[in-house]
Amino acid sequence: MKENQENIVKPVKKKHKLQAKEVKVFYDDFMAIKGIDMNIRANKITAFIGPSGCGKSTFLRLFNRMNDYVDGFRMEGDILIDGENIYRKNINVEQLRKQVGMVFQKPNPFPKSIYENVAYGLKIQGIKDKTYLKDKVEDSLKQVGLWNEVKDNINRSALALSGGQQQRLCIARTLAVEPSIILMDEPTSALDPISTAKIEELIYELKEKYTIVIVTHNMQQAGRISDYTAFFYLGELIEYDKSKKLFTNPEKQQTENYITGRFG
Amino acid sequence: MRKIKERVIEKGLQASALVTIAVTVGIILVLSIEAIRFFSEVSIIDFLTDTQWTPLYTDKHFGILPLLSGTLLTSFIAIIFAVPVGLSISIYISEYAPRSFRKTIKPALELLAAVPTVVYGFFALTVVTPFLQSFIPGLSGFNSLSAGLVMGIMIIPFISSLSEDALHAVPNSLREAAYGMGSTKLQNSFRVLVPAASSGIIVSIILAISRAIGETMIVAIAAGQQPRLTFDPTVPVETITAYIVQVSLGDVQHGSLEYRTIFAAGITLFIFTFLLNTISYRIRKKFREKYE
Repeated sequence: MKENQENIVKPVKKKHKLQAKEVKVFYDDFMAIKGIDMNIRANKITAFIGPSGCGKSTFLRLFNRMNDYVDGFRMEGDILIDGENIYRKNINVEQLRKQVGMVFQKPNPFPKSIYENVAYGLKIQGIKDKTYLKDKVEDSLKQVGLWNEVKDNINRSALALSGGQQQRLCIARTLAVEPSIILMDEPTSALDPISTAKIEELIYELKEKYTIVIVTHNMQQAGRISDYTAFFYLGELIEYDKSKKLFTNPEKQQTENYITGRFG
Repeated sequence: MRKIKERVIEKGLQASALVTIAVTVGIILVLSIEAIRFFSEVSIIDFLTDTQWTPLYTDKHFGILPLLSGTLLTSFIAIIFAVPVGLSISIYISEYAPRSFRKTIKPALELLAAVPTVVYGFFALTVVTPFLQSFIPGLSGFNSLSAGLVMGIMIIPFISSLSEDALHAVPNSLREAAYGMGSTKLQNSFRVLVPAASSGIIVSIILAISRAIGETMIVAIAAGQQPRLTFDPTVPVETITAYIVQVSLGDVQHGSLEYRTIFAAGITLFIFTFLLNTISYRIRKKFREKYE
């Protein structure tokens, strides 16, 4: 069990944290991703935009192998994290997911207390030290700005929190296991504007320590918070550039049509 | 014309609902009246505290405890056996098995509940008991152990099927959350899904207990007909249901005190299963609110 504790993905400082090489994804006979090459930079926020069904969520979920549970899923090509192929045969998927955290579209806290939600990721790693767990929970909740709101009833059910609080709790839960990458799949689409603003602010702060990839339907959001933006259409990566450049002066006509709201 | 037809249909449906209620009320009424007559002759304190049940002998004792202990002992053995097995099956089907396997195994398991209980009874008496006797030399021909175990087999589908439904109903977003944090399948099943489905699982277990307590043929055939206050699983016992069968089939005079004992025993049984069903109904109601 000792070697399980070691990181599979070695923390090498590299410019390109995530790399996709000629990636194709099939659901049975349907080709959802049609050959994408892409490098994603460390400690930056990269946004994936594009109309529904363009493959951006599928592509995001390749980086923590969440598509493995989808019936009929098949992939060609390579996905590298810090230069290591995460689709190689003998990889420990559980260990990979501890390093590549994920926040989902709908807040999905466990039907447990606030404390248990944040401590979950540590507990499944076999950590039992009560003071360590307590400190870690407090730490993570402080990082997402939830601590002051919940510190007096940390043992209350997480389901009693508001939607925005639940989503921040889910982010705290992810941070508690100390990933280096956080994947976010439309994390604010189910939230009201105020909660959305809070989460965006939080994501912006998090990029110092984490590499963040965020799928969003909200062009303003992508423009506001991301350093780089990738535009996907029908399973292809159409354009990928610095967000400033992509939103003000896109190279491709398709990108311009989409960001100006002419389709999608 | 159409309106009249509608009304006739409505009344017909209403009538069938009323018949069901009427039958239930009737049963409770008969049970209560006969039981009250019984308790006018036998004190309720004797009934609840006497440790002997010998209404068919000359030296009559009317203590329900031996029958109750027989019922609880066989049900307990059944539950101890069926809960881990049923729960494992439900987790396997819901989380591990490929979808095609799920489609075939579920109906196959439910077939277990369709086997006539008299068949189970003879299976316990003629197969399980001799088999167990080769390990446990002191085991009587009639005993609560093999009756309980076979009853456990019978109630496995109650637990596995209902628990599987409960596990299956847990939103997929929770599975994704757990896997996304690096849970293994086992951790996901036991730390997230089983707690999330716990109310449904508890309901399935309560319904299984209720079924076990009311089960008649298996215990009547395989557990014996000797009311005795014991928790030794190797000796013959008699359950409430088995006693009712014994008296109903015997030549006890209609309307006599001996005859009325079956109503006293029956109402005891009824109270037990009624309580269990009420509890499970309450839990189910709460559970529904949680997910809607």
